[in-house]
Amino acid sequence: MAGALDPIHQFQIVPLIGEGAFAFTNSAAYMALTVVLITGFLMIGTSARTLVPGRLQSLAEMSYEFVAGTVRQTSGDSGMKFFPLVFSLFMFVLFANLIGLIPYTFTVTSHIIVTFALSMVVMLTVVIYGFAKHGTHFLHLFVPSGVPGYILPLVAAIEVISFLSRPISLSVRLFANMLAGHITLKVFAGFVTMLSASLGGVGLALGVLPLILAIGITALEFLVAFLQAYVFTLLACMYLNDALHPGH
Amino acid sequence: MAQGSNHHSDQNDAPGDGDLAGRLERLDREIEKRGSPKSAGADGRSGGDASSGLAQAFRLSSEFVAGVVAGGIVGFLVDKLFGSSPWGLIVFLLLGFAAGVLNVLRSAGLVKGPGQ
Repeated sequence: MAGALDPIHQFQIVPLIGEGAFAFTNSAAYMALTVVLITGFLMIGTSARTLVPGRLQSLAEMSYEFVAGTVRQTSGDSGMKFFPLVFSLFMFVLFANLIGLIPYTFTVTSHIIVTFALSMVVMLTVVIYGFAKHGTHFLHLFVPSGVPGYILPLVAAIEVISFLSRPISLSVRLFANMLAGHITLKVFAGFVTMLSASLGGVGLALGVLPLILAIGITALEFLVAFLQAYVFTLLACMYLNDALHPGH
Repeated sequence: MAQGSNHHSDQNDAPGDGDLAGRLERLDREIEKRGSPKSAGADGRSGGDASSGLAQAFRLSSEFVAGVVAGGIVGFLVDKLFGSSPWGLIVFLLLGFAAGVLNVLRSAGLVKGPGQ
């Protein structure tokens, strides 16, 4: 009972196979499930290859067009070389978020280490590609043009810290949204059982109110799940754009 | 979602009248290029009214907090490396505050992006 009403309980990581640092946990299992679902969705969706797409093919094409449009819009056609990375990120985050909305499942993206790893993939790509492509010219990212020499060190330091803060804000935003949403959902749903358990018939009648709220929040969470995946993708594109064009 | 389905229909009749589809696509790209390519940041707010305000608030506040946290981490590491405690933390927390404000102004579209 305590476990059922504890809103944090759903985020516990349990080792399924093995133990210690390399255990195959429920988090890893859901990550694997996410990848399997994405692969299955795209493989089955694109297997028919009809000119007039069916439902699944239409969805698969839509997800491609959506991400491709986002990439083109933010970093132009030259940004399309990052499309595989961006598309994988978008699909992974979106599917992980949506799977987490099914009751009794585990939300992979509600753990900051997962979202931080995802954002570090983006940032390391930016840094490595930026230095490989532009060499030291990449450092122009931190030196705004038209700044007087005497405040340049200060501005450069602020720019560097601003750059370092990107993976933090990118990961914290996704993680905090998913965590807060799931806790809110659990707390409101918990009100229903708590009311009916302690107040009997009156509680059952009163419990309708938090139940309605929980339904509303579930709908909101679906929007948040999509929106956060989109925002993550959009910002990843904008950061990757910096690797393509550091300073003009 | 709107632009996604647009592209989708454009490319689908490509085999039938390839020339027209190709020209339309080129026009699309040209328009996208001329219309400010940097304005895409504003698109994050286009998903519904009340929730988009919430999303924007979340975005701006996380940007600010991230700046301060990044400054704090850098300051802490500087102190660890050079044994300059507490000066590194003080200086870099202040710089982190400035970076956080810069982040917020940038994601609100009030200041140009880095390196421009």
